[in-house]
Amino acid sequence: MMIMRTDSTVGIAGYGAYIPMNRLKASEVNRVWGGFGAPIEEKSVVAMDEDAVTIAVECARYAVNRADIRPEEIGAIYVGTESKPYAVKPCGTIVAEAIGATPNVTAADYEFACKAGTEAFQTCIGLVSSGMVKYAMAIGADTAQGRPADALEYTAACGGAAYIFGLRSDRTLAYLEGSWSYVTDTPDFWRRGREMYPRHGNRFTGKPAYFQHVVGAAKGLMGELGYEAGDFAYAVFHQPNVKFPIKVAKTLGFGMDSIKPGLVVPTVGNTYAGSTPLGLAATLDVAEPGDRILAVSYGSGAGSDAFSFVVQDAITNGRDIDPPVSAFITRKRYVDYSEYLKLRGQILR
Amino acid sequence: MRKVAVSGVGLTGIREHWGKSLRDLFEEAALKAFEDAGTDDIDALYVSNMGAANLQRQLNLGAMMADALGKRGIDALRVEAASASGGVAFHEGVKAVASGLCDSVLVGGVEKMSDGLPDEVTASLAMAEDQEYTAYTGITKMGMNALIHRHYMERFGVGAEEIAMFAVRGHEHARGCPHAQYPFKISVDRILSSPMEADPIHMLECAGIGDGAAAVLLRPAGESGDCVEVASTAVASGHYYLTERPDILTFEAVRGAAARALEYAGLSHGDIDLVEVHDDTTITGVLALEDLGFVDKGKGATYVSEGLTARDGELPTNTFGGLKARGNPVGATGLYQVAEVALQLRGQAGPCQVEGAEVGLAQSVGGLGSTCAVTILRRR
Amino acid sequence: MSVPRYWREIRYRYRLIGERCADCGALFFPRRGACPQCGSKNLEECKLSERGTVASWTVIRNPPRDYGKYSPYVVALVELDDGVRVLSQVVDVEPDEMKTGMRVEATFRRVKEDGSSGLIEYGYKFRPIIG
Repeated sequence: MMIMRTDSTVGIAGYGAYIPMNRLKASEVNRVWGGFGAPIEEKSVVAMDEDAVTIAVECARYAVNRADIRPEEIGAIYVGTESKPYAVKPCGTIVAEAIGATPNVTAADYEFACKAGTEAFQTCIGLVSSGMVKYAMAIGADTAQGRPADALEYTAACGGAAYIFGLRSDRTLAYLEGSWSYVTDTPDFWRRGREMYPRHGNRFTGKPAYFQHVVGAAKGLMGELGYEAGDFAYAVFHQPNVKFPIKVAKTLGFGMDSIKPGLVVPTVGNTYAGSTPLGLAATLDVAEPGDRILAVSYGSGAGSDAFSFVVQDAITNGRDIDPPVSAFITRKRYVDYSEYLKLRGQILR
Repeated sequence: MRKVAVSGVGLTGIREHWGKSLRDLFEEAALKAFEDAGTDDIDALYVSNMGAANLQRQLNLGAMMADALGKRGIDALRVEAASASGGVAFHEGVKAVASGLCDSVLVGGVEKMSDGLPDEVTASLAMAEDQEYTAYTGITKMGMNALIHRHYMERFGVGAEEIAMFAVRGHEHARGCPHAQYPFKISVDRILSSPMEADPIHMLECAGIGDGAAAVLLRPAGESGDCVEVASTAVASGHYYLTERPDILTFEAVRGAAARALEYAGLSHGDIDLVEVHDDTTITGVLALEDLGFVDKGKGATYVSEGLTARDGELPTNTFGGLKARGNPVGATGLYQVAEVALQLRGQAGPCQVEGAEVGLAQSVGGLGSTCAVTILRRR
Repeated sequence: MSVPRYWREIRYRYRLIGERCADCGALFFPRRGACPQCGSKNLEECKLSERGTVASWTVIRNPPRDYGKYSPYVVALVELDDGVRVLSQVVDVEPDEMKTGMRVEATFRRVKEDGSSGLIEYGYKFRPIIG
């Protein structure tokens, strides 16, 4: 496969992130299930009145604010999620209405496990660079379902981020040099239609799944662009736990300093389709003009999308209009396991 | 317009009447009113009710109750103005007789709140408000009151205890009242230690859920030797949205109806010997005294807690217990108030009697003061 | 729950859109057929402020049907920065943290749903300002 490059350069006009307030400590999960050790410290949990749609709307609103555009100028809105409140009825239309982009807009939802958000990036980039739309918004948002007593219960979290793509201009926050998608049929983690919780292949989710695809996409992109790890100021990898992104960073030659700003999983958890988008947002919150950022997502099933962004001057003033990801991370309220179950709709009134 | 007299009065007790239906209760009150009046000959029937459409899925109460009373063929309809239904229905009945269109009118109110589960009743009471923008927030009637209760405390520096005294006074007056739901004393400590209903309102500051029916027979004054005459009735609508009131502690509908009623009756505040006000929670009782014009804004709670509303006080208020202690079967409440004033003026209030009562005022409120009916009765 | 009733109010609820009277300048919410101030029919849609101050508040502990699962929740009278007052839930705050005068901003939340197979109704609520 060839690197995905556009004829007209496309960039991020605006971005927005959102993390719900509640937190469940991994130690609390251990208290109930008798486990020990933990892949992260704590994860975010939605309030009773939040879901993937409300998270997507929050992200979208912040993104429109940072982009400083009229919502009517957005020609496409895609929401990538695996926790759609409606199996049939797009989150995208609700987001479009909530930000005032209707009716002259196309909207839909994407599913590709944790890479549904960045999947939408690819489409938005294509639509904008072809001239079909002026601005296109891609959102990754999830309220991931963790099976009780399963390893993923520690980490399945809630949150997301939205990106508005437009043709590169002086107002662009970061422009895209190219992207690369690496996809195979690898069933490492799935959820059947009427099931509440996913199933996974345990250790199979490592080497043949996460690492194969993240490295495949990253090496593909970096190779074609002629870059090495040292050419990047920052790298953001999909973060299902703390170990995987650190390990893959090392494999690709990235040091801890370059992945640290984007590594939100220890205190947020894995926001699934929101994971890489959220990590990228946290990175953009601190990046300087001229910084090159590698972002590589991973979605089970399986695939990775890799992107190389270069930050522009506009970021310095452009980002402060909205709260940074760190403001959402420090805004927290702890819940115990019983309240967590209530919030997860598992105890019916 | 000719003068109208209250010829007959009939009340059921207020409680959970598990064995009685809407119709059963209505019949009971109506028959008592007929008996008291010495006649059951009526031209028209006004039925006041708020919750039947939701709780009993029953409409067309005018025709239903006309049939129940064996009065097929007469002019009959239901009047609904949320919790002011009773007062507004009375106003309509008075108009019918005063105008000469009718010579004998029964106005009866009935409510069967215990037929609904608590959350259904709560939803029912919130139906007075805009469903799309007010009720949609999940606020309850008590919650609406709570917003103004808090604001009152913050603006005037009045404490929770002073406002709670409104309920204490009501309960003092309910002792010995044969139809009261809670005819016993209650202390302010008990009230303030009861669970919060909608902060800062405590549960025991709120009128309870009860069933009841009250009926009044109206005829032209002078015809039957009745001693209670309608001096005036007035209904006013107010801001439908609390959010649009210039002052959220002033109910323009109450001020408007009171002014009109007093003017029409040719009376002033000093002429009023007793008042029956709409205390669905303590704060609305307090604000009633202020908006009716008896007490300055902000001074109502103190006025009540200092005992000035006792039966032998300056302004006897809620002489049979008011909504809190006598009860509040919503659509019927306005008629309980009118009937109670009538009983006072007749000297038939028993242990609840206010000595020498000549003129009484009843205030019935719908929603959070979006409608108000004021009735003034006078001894002939 | 009625689909048309919900659908009619969507844009006003999702985006806090009120009305302005072209004659007397009054700004109001929800929209009506006539200006509540001067009665004029000369009205145009107007987006309201998304930030405001809590003027009074309560905690609903005995909710009406359909709101049970969210109980207890705060409902407040919010005075928006453009002067319009709205009634709304306030979320992401503990009841004992509520204060008159608190600064809040609009957020988008679930309001209620029609069981597990019916419509989900979304709308505005307010929360303490983030960041």
